[in-house]
Amino acid sequence: MASGAPIAEIRNYTMNFGPQHPAAHGVLRLVLELDGETIQKADPHIGLLHRGTEKLAESKPFNQSIGYMDRLDYVSMMCNEHAYVLAIEKLLGMVPPERAQYIRVMFDEVTRLLNHLMWLGAHALDIGAMTVFLLAFKEREELMDAYEAVSGTRMHATYYRPGGVYRDLPDSMPKYQASRWRSQKDAARLNEARSGSLLDFIHAFTERFPAAIDDYETLLTDNRIWKQRTVNIGVVSPERAMQLGFSGPMLRGSGVAWDLRKKQPYECYARMDFDIPVGVNGDCYDRYLVRVAEMRQSVRIVRQCIEWLRVNPGAVMIDDRKVRAPRRAEMKEDMEALIHHFKFFSEGYEVPAGETYAAVEAPKGEFGVYLVSDGANKPYRLKCRAPGFAHLAALEEMTRGHMLADVVAVIGTQDIVFGEVDR
Amino acid sequence: MSAPPDAPADTPADALAAQIQAQLPGSLTRLPAPPGELAFVLKDTATLLTVCRTLRDAPQLKFEMLMDVAGLDLLHYGREDWQTAGATRSGFSRARVAQEAPADPSAPGRFAVVYQLLSVSHNRRLRLRAVIQDSDEPMIDSVVDVWASANWFEREAFDLFGVLFRGHPDLRRILTDYGFIGHPFRKDFPLSGNVEAHFDEQQRRVVYRPVSITPRVLVPKVIRSDNRYQAALKAPEVPR
Repeated sequence: MASGAPIAEIRNYTMNFGPQHPAAHGVLRLVLELDGETIQKADPHIGLLHRGTEKLAESKPFNQSIGYMDRLDYVSMMCNEHAYVLAIEKLLGMVPPERAQYIRVMFDEVTRLLNHLMWLGAHALDIGAMTVFLLAFKEREELMDAYEAVSGTRMHATYYRPGGVYRDLPDSMPKYQASRWRSQKDAARLNEARSGSLLDFIHAFTERFPAAIDDYETLLTDNRIWKQRTVNIGVVSPERAMQLGFSGPMLRGSGVAWDLRKKQPYECYARMDFDIPVGVNGDCYDRYLVRVAEMRQSVRIVRQCIEWLRVNPGAVMIDDRKVRAPRRAEMKEDMEALIHHFKFFSEGYEVPAGETYAAVEAPKGEFGVYLVSDGANKPYRLKCRAPGFAHLAALEEMTRGHMLADVVAVIGTQDIVFGEVDR
Repeated sequence: MSAPPDAPADTPADALAAQIQAQLPGSLTRLPAPPGELAFVLKDTATLLTVCRTLRDAPQLKFEMLMDVAGLDLLHYGREDWQTAGATRSGFSRARVAQEAPADPSAPGRFAVVYQLLSVSHNRRLRLRAVIQDSDEPMIDSVVDVWASANWFEREAFDLFGVLFRGHPDLRRILTDYGFIGHPFRKDFPLSGNVEAHFDEQQRRVVYRPVSITPRVLVPKVIRSDNRYQAALKAPEVPR
């Protein structure tokens, strides 16, 4: 370069991250403005998975939208259903039977484990730890089997209904069969935990699972690389976390002891004995610790539910013909039942006019449903408050000044799932 | 459900309602809500920012979190597809009937914005509704300066309902496609949309064309008053 030539102008570099990037957790398009490798500006472009769930729900009877709720946050399916059926129940002024409440709480916690296992595996994989992903998915498979046994589906259960749950817990578990690819011995080993009822199966899981959490912690908690990637990354102060509408582990990681299961208990959470883990520094590492501790607490809650459910048989659905389809046998004998069946599946039921907001402590934070009814058989307006939406909105604030690689850690720690962010 | 401001406070919601009415005299009207919930509607949307600041900062209220902002289009509120109450000479209506007249899209008070507030300090919730009178160009103050979480929630309400938020730092579309036309969650926007994307052989690229789907109603909207719920919840007056 000739002397006296002007120094090349250094400009910020704009870069696209996603929408097809393994660490973008789905379809996040992130427009990053970089100064060298430092983030100056991060603008998430969302909506690539927008399916108009809320608008679709306005065109369907109430019960037909329960399945859509599963598909919002598709790694914590039943918790989404829970908020939706709670909102309908609030407007109808219904309280589900006690057994249904315990089943719901048990499956909420199973769902929390499902979600946190997915999060832990994906988060660790994003920032360089492969093994945890494989281990976490092994346990996840068992919980999916529990989903399948109770609802017939591994993921999109559509199990909760206004007034209770679809059916009672099964007495037996489906079993593996020996095949060309699975020897008799392997099948027998896999079937060992499946010999009893679903409750026995989940109980056996809770016996084994704390040791699995210990394994994850051995791999990560004191891991030097893990700490280098997460400690002091994406620090959020408690005041700022509240300003930004954070909830769930994102809020608790910053040291705010706020959990709807304790503070505004729904169903039978008030009778459960569990603790709320809270972070101190509000960084990615603390949020990791909070979520891992939450998994241990979930195991405790599931145990208490199993104990109660074992000794308290009973109805799992409210006995109200307007919200519950009559049984086959009743329809064969009873004309009223047949009429109810027809009306239930063609028109649905009318929900009295009014508006309500029902929130549950979903694994990612506060999942709320704002429901407006004008007295019709369809919702007039349904608004799902997704925790990930508020969290992703704060991505820029959390990443500004960090390095490019830390964006991945922050996306991971936010536990973003686009099903709920885009709806 | 609606209690006058000086009524004795018998539930926690009533107590909170009395406190709020004392802090903000004359600016809020209580709305009916299910037990345990508290909802207000703003009398004058011009006072939104003052009311929100008071709700956030007053030590007895301290709603430090804004959990959700929802747009609301009241165009078809209470309109049914199927008359079930009255009968004609030919008997009861047996199928979906077309509305006698379409609702007027520019009638005042069509749009509303609903804020869900949460007080972590006092463990209380509050729902605040602001009805916008101008339906052709619905506009309301942005509460981003009061609660930072409003940023994306307001962008969403703008995108889906076309509500404009005065003073919002970055009011862009958020959920719909780049270059999308219209506001899809408005009640007069068809469920199937107006355009569909397809690959044009001549132009060798993806282009939009009008939708080929005919909109249809699978389940008619039916409003019936179920007398079992009459005592539980009275139909709310929707302020327009």
